[in-house]
Amino acid sequence: MNVRTCIALLLCLASPAFSQGFAGMGAATEGYALPDPTTRFSFPEDHGAHPDFRIEWWYITANLTDADGTAYGIQWTLFRNAMAPGGSATDQAWMGHAGVSTPDGHFFAERLARGGTGQAGVTPEPFEAFIDEWRMAGPDVNDISLTAQSEQFHYDLNLKANHPFVPQGESGYSIKSEAGQASHYYSQPFYQIEGVLTLPSGDINVSGQAWLDREWSSQPLAADQTGWDWVSLHFDSGEKLMGYRLRNSDGGAYTVGTWITTDGTPEPLANGMLTMEAVNETDLAGRTIPTVWDIALPSKNLTIRTSAVYPDSWMGTRIPYWEGPVTITGSHEGQGYLEMSGY
Amino acid sequence: MILDVRNLKKSFPTSGDPVIILDDVSLSLNAGEVIALTGESGSGKSTLLHIIGGLEPAKSGQILFQGDDIIALDDNQRANIRRKSIGIVFQQFNLIPSLTVRQNLTFQARLSERGDDVDLAALSASLGLDTQLDKFPEDLSGGQQQRVAIGRAIAAKPQLVLADEPTGNLDEATGRSVFDLLVRLARETGAGLLIATHSQALAAAADRRLHLTHGKLTS
Amino acid sequence: MTGPVLSALLSHWRRRPFQLLTLILGLSLATALWSGVQAINAEARKSYDEAADILGGGGLSELVRQDGAAISQDTFVALRRGGWQVSPVVDGWLPAKNGRVRLLGIDPFTMPRETATGAIVAPATFPDMMGQQGVIFAHSTTAARLTSFGDRLREIENLTPGLAIADITAAMALTRMDGFSRLLISSDQPLRRTPLNEIAPQLSQSTPDAAEDLGRLTDSFHLNLTAFGLLSFAVGLFIVNGAVGLAFEQRRPVFRTLRALGVPARRLVILLTVELLIFALIAGAFGVLLGYLIAATLLPDVAATLRGLYGASVEGTLTLSPMWWLSGLAIACIGTAAASASGLIRVARMPPLAPARPRAWAMANLAAMRWQLGLAAACLGAAILALIIGGGLVGGFILLGGFLLAAALALPSMLAVLVAAMSLVTRGPIAEWFWADTRQQLPGLSLALMALLLALATNIGVGTMVESFRVTFTGWLDQRLVSDLYITVDDEADAPALLAFLDERADAILPIWYVDGDVLGAPAQIFGVSDHPIYEENWPLLASLPDTWNRIAAGDGALINEQLARREGLAPGDALPLPGAWSTTIIGVYSDYGNPIGQVVLPLDTLVARYDNIDRSDFGILISEDRAEALKTDLSQSFGLSDDNLVDQSALKAFSMSIFERTFAVTGALNVLTLAVAGVAILTSLLTLASMRLPQLAPVWALGLTRQTLGRIELMRALILAALTFILALPVGLGLAWVLLAVINVEAFGWRLPLHIFPGDWLWLAGLSLAAAGLASLWPARQLAKRPPADLIKVFTHER
Repeated sequence: MNVRTCIALLLCLASPAFSQGFAGMGAATEGYALPDPTTRFSFPEDHGAHPDFRIEWWYITANLTDADGTAYGIQWTLFRNAMAPGGSATDQAWMGHAGVSTPDGHFFAERLARGGTGQAGVTPEPFEAFIDEWRMAGPDVNDISLTAQSEQFHYDLNLKANHPFVPQGESGYSIKSEAGQASHYYSQPFYQIEGVLTLPSGDINVSGQAWLDREWSSQPLAADQTGWDWVSLHFDSGEKLMGYRLRNSDGGAYTVGTWITTDGTPEPLANGMLTMEAVNETDLAGRTIPTVWDIALPSKNLTIRTSAVYPDSWMGTRIPYWEGPVTITGSHEGQGYLEMSGY
Repeated sequence: MILDVRNLKKSFPTSGDPVIILDDVSLSLNAGEVIALTGESGSGKSTLLHIIGGLEPAKSGQILFQGDDIIALDDNQRANIRRKSIGIVFQQFNLIPSLTVRQNLTFQARLSERGDDVDLAALSASLGLDTQLDKFPEDLSGGQQQRVAIGRAIAAKPQLVLADEPTGNLDEATGRSVFDLLVRLARETGAGLLIATHSQALAAAADRRLHLTHGKLTS
Repeated sequence: MTGPVLSALLSHWRRRPFQLLTLILGLSLATALWSGVQAINAEARKSYDEAADILGGGGLSELVRQDGAAISQDTFVALRRGGWQVSPVVDGWLPAKNGRVRLLGIDPFTMPRETATGAIVAPATFPDMMGQQGVIFAHSTTAARLTSFGDRLREIENLTPGLAIADITAAMALTRMDGFSRLLISSDQPLRRTPLNEIAPQLSQSTPDAAEDLGRLTDSFHLNLTAFGLLSFAVGLFIVNGAVGLAFEQRRPVFRTLRALGVPARRLVILLTVELLIFALIAGAFGVLLGYLIAATLLPDVAATLRGLYGASVEGTLTLSPMWWLSGLAIACIGTAAASASGLIRVARMPPLAPARPRAWAMANLAAMRWQLGLAAACLGAAILALIIGGGLVGGFILLGGFLLAAALALPSMLAVLVAAMSLVTRGPIAEWFWADTRQQLPGLSLALMALLLALATNIGVGTMVESFRVTFTGWLDQRLVSDLYITVDDEADAPALLAFLDERADAILPIWYVDGDVLGAPAQIFGVSDHPIYEENWPLLASLPDTWNRIAAGDGALINEQLARREGLAPGDALPLPGAWSTTIIGVYSDYGNPIGQVVLPLDTLVARYDNIDRSDFGILISEDRAEALKTDLSQSFGLSDDNLVDQSALKAFSMSIFERTFAVTGALNVLTLAVAGVAILTSLLTLASMRLPQLAPVWALGLTRQTLGRIELMRALILAALTFILALPVGLGLAWVLLAVINVEAFGWRLPLHIFPGDWLWLAGLSLAAAGLASLWPARQLAKRPPADLIKVFTHER
């Protein structure tokens, strides 16, 4: 998912070559650990960093509403990127992204830090992921406070979940292309979230649903994959859907996902089971971005349309992408988050 | 009548009483008429001509020319009238030394955008300068230079020609021929000619003679 | 009307091409020297600004420790985690060929994007920068001076020369710093931050001034150049003023005729202005081109000087903006306006029948002498006032300018007095006529002679300063360079082995260790010296307490250089606060020419005890001459020291002298150019006067003097006037030299030099000025001698 984003962003630091795939995400992996289908997650250790792998992220998105029912979206992401294999702390580059989608516009900020200095890092227990003053800290990952800010916004939010973490793909081994590129990937899609958003207009009490993605790998994209469209959806029924479409340079796509039942049981969706089709576009930052999608999952009798709540949710960071809340209409109703990169 | 001078007065302030240069001078000039203005050096001949030509201010009086009172005009308006309608011939010739005879002859006409109207061939022939056109003034004799000055004054076909001692720097024979040329050309163009000279002999050729003594005009 | 009038006005110049040439030449020369100097200054300033942009984080504020110590990484991280968007900077020096190179360590991760460095270093290169062995970025010219880094160097052409950039980790390793010099504060700060005093009370916020230091240091140098440019411009304007004034006067009959023929006065003034504007633009274009050539020729020397003297890097090539070209043309127009304003005003006010009197124009200046003398007194008063009040470099230049202007303005009156005196002691009709005529000619020549006086005085003054400096500097170098061989080790770890090696072979080893630090608020170097009698024997002191060297050896105090002493008003016996919050007593003050910053000398033990981060890589060796060469060979074989690391005394002396010579090469060149302009001024004045002088000469000729005699007399007159001017220029020049040495140098460089006098140079200069005047008058004199008698007769026949 957001996966690629982070990688893309971080790899810009690691590799001068932008020729392969999106922002070098298809670059070589010599010396780094590779995802292994036999690996099983072990918590809380796996909440921490995996520096033997090249890239990794802690990614939270949340759909929020205030007392009047106005919708907001927030994003909090910490990326880790190894500049050299070996897992040394000083070889790690860290990057934070934070975004807030509001009716008054989209706010975002970016932070960079080198590893090994204490400016950024992750400890699994008690859990803390941080860069500068931005923090995602728990006692544990199911009970965390989340904060980030820029010169324009600030948020201070509490997230709680009672469900177990949901492994994506085959028991957490998520295959990204027909050539077999893969990552380790788990999520926590069941957070309830509440707290305070500080915007130029003032403080706003908000609450809603949040979704955590944790992923690490060393080469998540195939060389011919140019970008992706990713959704994390909360249905009013309590079911969840994670799906993404990796676009190939030849116009084709690799589309996979996970259906998550109300008790958190994942049902992996093989390539092609899920279809995603752009039906409306927004011109933004000199690009054309599909902000309305028709998504179908015939095996679940699901035919829905996701529409961006704020089509201007553009992250104008060093590597820019679109990330913002969506509303769901059709056979199932609900809300979720959409991420699109490589446009 | 093209020129009507009425009750013109001019004096110079000094530490004592002001020196009176012109004392209630009146005269009139008709088209095609030649008036000779005689008088001793310092009698005010040049001053009178300069005031009529708008080159010097006066204390009081009127100078009616083409419906305007030259005395009442400002410096720019006087310059405009002078440029378009008055030809002046000076004792010192006052040619532009860096221009050729040809350029000098047509100069005043060109100032009023009438350079093309000048029949240079005819003009230079009548001035006897047809072989001198590409020379510079300093290459000419005094008589020739004054002919150029006369040509320049006449070429623009002015209504009034003022000549201030035009023969004063020339020997007698040359002076005579220049004077005759001036009178002839003025008559041919129909301009009124007011010519100041101290030579009674030359003045005799004029239609009328006026005499200035201590700023007063007598016939 | 415009067409014929303009063509009548311009036809004057067609008939007098020489006058036109004079006008264009004067204006071109004035513009050329001015815009040439401006180009050099602009180029240097551009380099400073670029450096300032990078060193000062593009004007961002910064956090520094009040005690000047390094900021720890923990403090930096605590600030970041407190919400402070700050980025660390390590600021130090790398040893390099021909001096040193400023090394800036940056953190590419947190470097604010709005800084110049953020724009120069591409993100793709960040990984290569990481670690102690990370890459170093430098301009190709700088990279060529950094020989010991091999493939760690990356050339970036848009980086200011003289500057290297590396990651903070690499920079800390290279400069042996354990922390950061300062933290840049990004202009965008988040909504909530922990107060600074809760995180790091030892830090305070300040605006950057590192790069301004460079500007301030080099200000005096540029002010010198600007002063020369202005002087030349002024001399050039003398020429233009003369040419324009004469042309106006000669054309007065034409103006009168034009007015009589009906051209309004205002129109005439407008057209004359247009005419002058045309000339100004043509001459300005020539001048700017010439200025470009001058600047391009001098810039490499200027760049070398700035690097050698101030450590300031300036590109050796000119890149000039359109603004510079435009300003060159503008200055030509302004100059023309200044030189012709009085002429234009006179035309505007002229009644239509005003008589033409070119002679009277020249004579009118005679009346001007009186108020010129008054003006001279005023200028002198301003100069004396500036001397009494003081007021830094600007005050110094007011003193200089007032003094020179006063001398120039007083010149015509002085010459008149001298000539009058001469006429009293000579006998005979020809001599009588000669002196009377010379006196009459003075006003017409006075502008040119004033120009000559200025050029000569400047020449004498600047020449005396340079030569005095050279004599002092050479003597000082002889004394100051006490060691026979100077060694620099690339790695301080080699030093103990080297010392052991030298112990048996050298007569003495004198470590030259130092540390950079702020003394009394300005950057300075603190040196340590070992206790060795050679210092006492050789080190020249300007002022000292008795028993100087024993007290130094006993650790009772320090020596400081003259610059520091003058800047802070310190004298032996005063207390000297030093970095690290301790203070000592000043035992003596030594002269330290050619160094822009303050120096403190402590006993070596004290230095080592008080400071970390000491640069311990330099040593001086005492060894007899016959063994020096062998030792050099041994050293390079045993320790792999290159020629750059082993410098003997004579090579160091030669290097110092070469910097000195290059410093004054520019001064010398401008000196010669100014003199040349003055020569042109004399030539043009004499030539224009010659054309007006026939009415004066014809009667003398008619009375029986031959044309050849007249020509000789004219030549002699020019020589006598030039000689008199030179004699008057001598005291002015020496006064100028005194001001330069005792006022300007002290203000600009912080040292005062003794005045030495070089009469031999004066003879040479006297010869040169006589030759210039002689040559300038030769042509008019020859023309006069060959003038056909008919021309002279014409004077009588044409006389009005």
